[in-house]
Amino acid sequence: MTRAEVEEKVIKIISEQLGREADAITGSSDISNDLGADSLDAAELMIAFEEEFDIDIDEESSQNFTTVDGVVDQIFKQLS
Amino acid sequence: MKKRVVVTGVGLVTPLGNELEVVWKRLLAGESGITPVEMPGIEMYRSRIAGQCLDFSPLPYVEPKDVKKIERFAQFALVSGIHAVEQSGIDFSREDPFRCASIIGCGVGGLREIERQDEKLASSGPSRISPFTIPKVMLNAASSHLAIRYGIHGPSYGVATACASANNAMIDAYKAIRDGDVDIVLTGGTEAAISKLGLAGFGAMRALSERNDEPEKASRPFDVDRDGFVLGEGAGILVFEELEHAKKRGADILGEFIGYGVTTDALHLTQPDDQGIFAGEAMKAALRSAGISAGEVDYINAHGTATHLGDAAEVEAIKRVFGDSAKNLSVSSTKSSIGHLLGGSGGVEIIFTLLALRDNIVPPTLNLGNPDEGFDLDFTPLTPKEKRINCAISNSFGFGGHNASVAVASFVD
Repeated sequence: MTRAEVEEKVIKIISEQLGREADAITGSSDISNDLGADSLDAAELMIAFEEEFDIDIDEESSQNFTTVDGVVDQIFKQLS
Repeated sequence: MKKRVVVTGVGLVTPLGNELEVVWKRLLAGESGITPVEMPGIEMYRSRIAGQCLDFSPLPYVEPKDVKKIERFAQFALVSGIHAVEQSGIDFSREDPFRCASIIGCGVGGLREIERQDEKLASSGPSRISPFTIPKVMLNAASSHLAIRYGIHGPSYGVATACASANNAMIDAYKAIRDGDVDIVLTGGTEAAISKLGLAGFGAMRALSERNDEPEKASRPFDVDRDGFVLGEGAGILVFEELEHAKKRGADILGEFIGYGVTTDALHLTQPDDQGIFAGEAMKAALRSAGISAGEVDYINAHGTATHLGDAAEVEAIKRVFGDSAKNLSVSSTKSSIGHLLGGSGGVEIIFTLLALRDNIVPPTLNLGNPDEGFDLDFTPLTPKEKRINCAISNSFGFGGHNASVAVASFVD
């Protein structure tokens, strides 16, 4: 899977979970500050990413999950 | 000095629909909201029918992204509550938020979500459990969602006394206003427990009707051929308001909440006392609290679930409490039309009772062809009955031995 494909899927999941237009979500979007996720939303997103990509994301890696780029980079790294 | 408490708005979600006047019309027309349940493996269940709210959608009242964070029972309460507030005309931005409250009854909370997450737990392990699980299943979420919606900063809590939950919630709401603590309370009850565990659990108790081939005929309160209750779902939410507060706003008043009685069987968790001694004491207490005599009650919306023991105990209790005046009394069980909404039942039934007061018509007890032996009250069988109604009682009795009777009257200044 290419990084662009990962990004597309990540944005789709975030868009659905947080009720945001996909077009309004960019790599630099901050998931809590810009997109309005609270702590439960963030935890739910984590589960959705794990299920979509069939990976386990550990607590330490999830610390990088402030922006969409951070999420995409981490997932892409785990898939490679 | 005790304040008077009036109802200025009502809203409901029921198996007969979600618009007040439509539901009322269908109820009076003798329509049934009982339908077959469709879910995988349903053929294994003893009871395969229910009063389902098939037309319900939380949209547009709940944002799409929030739908999956709010469990069905809380969605029912939220949508019913919004309808009730709209009818009342209250603008919460103009109210003192600390003098507003939200007190909602619910028997079991988010049974369906518990089942969904338990399946997830079994298939994928604890790390895949949704973080929304607990805030979804807790039954007090219904009151909290309403508080959040309207910025209510006074008391908000859930009340759980099984099938008496809504009546107990409304009694708390009444007392909070009567004693001067608050001016406005959103109250009533909600339930959405038509689920695998709901059907299997009540089915295992032999509490549910198994007349699966004739859903519309399955809920037959007081009938000799009754064989248990039909599980239902839905909500009835009301705006209770302090009288002077309502008058100052020029609000339309649907009726007055005039009293209540609460007792406990303290005998058995699920089996009612066969003479209905304590259910009767709850009705007596409601009359005392309302300051009315038995002869002044025109209508009783019975608990009447259509279980063998429950109906018999309630009939005994009514006959004992009302004595000679029982012959002038109209009784009906609207569960014959929509099933038993558990924690939601008292909320919907007090709304039906208030509409009976408004329109001077008693809603019917469907499927009552042959009253059981000794059941010699006027149960309003099959068709509604026009009758002057000034004063009425609504009964709810719950597993746990909880008996809660509430009294309402036409408003007279």
